[in-house]
Amino acid sequence: MALTRRSIHFDLTRADVLASGHVQPDPSLCVQCGICSYNCPLGLDVRDYAWRGAPIFDGQCLTCGQCVARCPRGVLAFARTGMAQQVVPLRPNPKD
Amino acid sequence: MAADYVIVGSGVAGIAAAEALRARAPGASITIVTEDADGFYSRPGLAYYLSGTIPEKQLFLRSQADLRNLGLRWVQARATQIDVVGHRLVLADGRNLTYDKLLIATGARAAAPDCPGGDLDGVFTLDTLGDAKRLVRKANNSDQAVVVGGGITALELAEGLHARGVNVHYLLRGARYWSNVLDAEESHLVEDHLRSDGVELHYHARVRQALGKKGKLIAVETDSGEQISCQILAVAIGTRPHLDLARAAGIKVDRGILTDAYLRTSAPDILAAGDVAQVYDERSGIASLDTLWPTARAHGEAAAATMSGAPAPYQRTAAMNVTLIANIPTTIIGALGSGSDEDLVAIARGDSESWRGAKPAWVIVEQHEVNRVRLMLGERTISGALVMGDQTLSRPLHRLIAAEADISPIRDALLADQHAMPQLIAAFADEWERSHAHNA
Repeated sequence: MALTRRSIHFDLTRADVLASGHVQPDPSLCVQCGICSYNCPLGLDVRDYAWRGAPIFDGQCLTCGQCVARCPRGVLAFARTGMAQQVVPLRPNPKD
Repeated sequence: MAADYVIVGSGVAGIAAAEALRARAPGASITIVTEDADGFYSRPGLAYYLSGTIPEKQLFLRSQADLRNLGLRWVQARATQIDVVGHRLVLADGRNLTYDKLLIATGARAAAPDCPGGDLDGVFTLDTLGDAKRLVRKANNSDQAVVVGGGITALELAEGLHARGVNVHYLLRGARYWSNVLDAEESHLVEDHLRSDGVELHYHARVRQALGKKGKLIAVETDSGEQISCQILAVAIGTRPHLDLARAAGIKVDRGILTDAYLRTSAPDILAAGDVAQVYDERSGIASLDTLWPTARAHGEAAAATMSGAPAPYQRTAAMNVTLIANIPTTIIGALGSGSDEDLVAIARGDSESWRGAKPAWVIVEQHEVNRVRLMLGERTISGALVMGDQTLSRPLHRLIAAEADISPIRDALLADQHAMPQLIAAFADEWERSHAHNA
């Protein structure tokens, strides 16, 4: 696969989120349907975090986004943990 | 002596109350009385089970072990009577349970089909997991279904049956879908999506009767005389709170069981929570019904505080639901519509009476092909909003509406240029959050 600027940008952004982000639920929207837990590739019980309103601070969480994307009610979102400063920011391409 | 708490109902209001009671009173006796053989599961999740998105077992958010660890006594029975003076709950099998505090969290049941033939085999309403399982089994052996009703449940039935390979006819009694919450454009967006998914819509169509053969549904006849052959008639014309227990005990009821902000009913030591409760709101001075899962959970937790002797009022916030309507992410916040909807005889599930309390307001709409934001703009505040498609604005809007934020600084700009609305709201919400955090 050609290594396009876009794919580099995607990978670096993802790396940034992996290094510095977590998934944050909003329990006021959640109806505990369990679609998030069902689709977690690591088998984490995301729904239980959503019940407690707790960020998914689990060493196994890949922040892959499956739960975020599949939640039908927008309960889950990526949030920064404040460690993002340690990641070198991407320089915009002057040609863009 | 340790307190004796009895909770009737195993939905989210009842279980949230039980969990909160256990945390507050580790030594108390807590008994759950439920008719539902499946116990506690995500009722809104039934839509996703019906469409095949998740398997049945995924609906259970507490394992048997979780429930055992809570130290609950589980009684599967129907509660028939309350002896208010003697503090006793009477069960259908003749048993008696004494209580110090009793919580009624019996929820609501779907209104029965209102046409002749409504008792035929093949006519369904969707209340419980048992209903959903029977419907799935029937769908696997059916090729045609008719859906009637309104609100979110009717759509979930139409889409769920369609996802199971059944050809679905959705009959609307009026000119458009959910006319007392959505505006005409929003209704049409939903209807267009349904049609493109393959659901057949019929307007101004009312079922005159369901036709059967040997007790089994074979067709419905509409009031224009048209017959649509089908093996399933799914009916979602609204829900009604289970009031029998409270009525028989002489507890004050209106559309639901009337409670104060602390979830206390008119009878001593008896509380109500969830879809069954019509809870008084001190700020608005109105008692209203909600059929929203997060609201029911919050009711249960507030009731537990009152039951354990540390009352804290249930704080009503702007009612909000986020869901997929015909696959379009949609957020409904605050007061947006008014009047009645011909397709519903009572409140639907996933609904709030407050959404229909719209006051005279400027309506501002910003729409692109798939994304739409509608604001109800009062003199100083935003009283309601509906966000379809892109959900960037739904959280900021909920915050501004719930807090009754004074939007006068951008009001004129909003009225002058509705296309600038998303940017204006986003920037204002950012600024408001910053000053709010600073003041707090």
